[in-house]
Amino acid sequence: MQKQAIFQSKLLPYALVAPQLAIVLIFFYWPALQAVIQSFLLQDAFGLSTSFVWFENYLDLFKDRAYFEAIVRTFFFSFAIAVSSLSFALLLAVMADKPLRGGTLYRTLLIWPYAVAPPVVGVLWIFMLHPSLGVLSRYLRNLGIDWNPLLDGDQAAALIILAAAWKQISYNFLFFLAGLQSIPRSVLEAAAIDGARPMRRFWTVTFPLLSPTIFFLLVVNIVYAFFDTFGIIDTMTRGGPGKSTETLVYKVYTDGLLGGNLGSSAAQSVILMIMVIVLTGIQFRFVERKVTY
Amino acid sequence: MVEEEGFRRYIAHIILWIGIAIVAFPVYLAFVASTQDNAVIANGQMSLLPGGHFLETYYQTIFVGTSGSTREPVGNMMLNSLVMALLIAVGKIAVSIISAYAIVYFRFPFRMAIFWIIFITLMLPVEVRIYPTYKIVADLHMLDSYAGLSLPLIASATATLLFRQFFMTVPDELLEASRIDGAGPFRFFWDTLLPLSRTNMAALFVILFILGWNQYLWPLLITTRDDMQTIQIGIRKMITTTDALTEWPIVMATAVLAMLPPVFVVVVMQKLFVRGLVETEK
Repeated sequence: MQKQAIFQSKLLPYALVAPQLAIVLIFFYWPALQAVIQSFLLQDAFGLSTSFVWFENYLDLFKDRAYFEAIVRTFFFSFAIAVSSLSFALLLAVMADKPLRGGTLYRTLLIWPYAVAPPVVGVLWIFMLHPSLGVLSRYLRNLGIDWNPLLDGDQAAALIILAAAWKQISYNFLFFLAGLQSIPRSVLEAAAIDGARPMRRFWTVTFPLLSPTIFFLLVVNIVYAFFDTFGIIDTMTRGGPGKSTETLVYKVYTDGLLGGNLGSSAAQSVILMIMVIVLTGIQFRFVERKVTY
Repeated sequence: MVEEEGFRRYIAHIILWIGIAIVAFPVYLAFVASTQDNAVIANGQMSLLPGGHFLETYYQTIFVGTSGSTREPVGNMMLNSLVMALLIAVGKIAVSIISAYAIVYFRFPFRMAIFWIIFITLMLPVEVRIYPTYKIVADLHMLDSYAGLSLPLIASATATLLFRQFFMTVPDELLEASRIDGAGPFRFFWDTLLPLSRTNMAALFVILFILGWNQYLWPLLITTRDDMQTIQIGIRKMITTTDALTEWPIVMATAVLAMLPPVFVVVVMQKLFVRGLVETEK
């Protein structure tokens, strides 16, 4: 992967990479390093003295029930968001992949939620399902459901998952549609000639051929659920009631900002970094495999 | 083509319209709420049809703001969001394209090391290094400034990778030809490479503009002054007061306004957007 035709210059290339390098070093590496260092330090309550405590912050975290619960909660949220959003998006994409009149219109009408910001998504959904003034809450009450996500932790969690999945439909839809359109028609036609009905064709031909896309989207959705739900959670529930909607990223934010516990917050950041690196690594291995196909 | 019976096609149409309805309903409701009277909404008696307060609510939202905790007019917040989004999009494209140019078209010591240093940033979203980054921006006296809002978000591996990949596909003959014409590295970049990258840049711009416009956690931390607030932060502050005091029509009008620019960009630039998305993610 080398260009044959190149320029000769000693200083110019450094000048060209300098802006990017400066920003990366100042705003990425330096703070990441600080987080790692900070995670090994313990600060007294007034911030007057700090001492080096090795892995104490990490050990405290693993002993902390609340942290363990936040991990479980985050993974549960991620899978619930990914599975519900992926399955609905796949259904829509399969329908939109058919030769229908108005296909482009459907696509346009389905992709725009991608552009809606997470806090706006949060505001829209809390308004719809607000216990006292939400339009949908009225119907839920008429059905005999005691709906109050501001007090009931499970309902709050359901609300977050619903809102986060809603936003992600458009993104998944786009990639599924692209995936479906790259499946050769001849394969499907061959299956049809063999007498496979549409449902059977989908499960035995389309679905396996789509599995790389599904896997890619699963990883992307989990990363999305980790980080981009922050704005949704912050506008809808602030992690509450209790801690029922506090995810790992939200906990870093509250422990550091409100709790003033920088050592623990930094240790949490480092653990998150490791998780992201693993997820990104998986994503890349997959992409590489895809390229060589 | 595989056979497609009539009734299956109807089912497809119906399912797609149900999907569109689910996707559009919250936004429709927000628009309806923004045109109604606050007292009616607070009673839980909101109707599903637009009311008669459209002009009045939007005038107040854009030019005056709420009477509650944040008194900043939304027009000003939108301006801040716009400046931030443009700085991030243009800045990212600018620093990425020149560093990709250096990495592809020059041989120099530490070239691959620099490439990897940039590449690894892919794995460090701002959320996981939030407090140390905040501290650095504070130490540099960049809190409550456009520089503080945009600089930490400008460096990105994805844009660099994308340009690098694209430059690799540019035939070597082009460089040889322009060299024979007497062009140096600047002329070649400006007259040949940049025009060729136009569609890539445009696609990337669409994605990055939306990314910048929708930033939340970062501006939440580093802006303290109301006049530096972005619209995403403003909207959250509007619902911090107790429920009874929340001016829902204004909140909903703000939500609608906050959606307009990015949704407009996606719908109008659909082709470029889809291209940019698939290229940057895969």
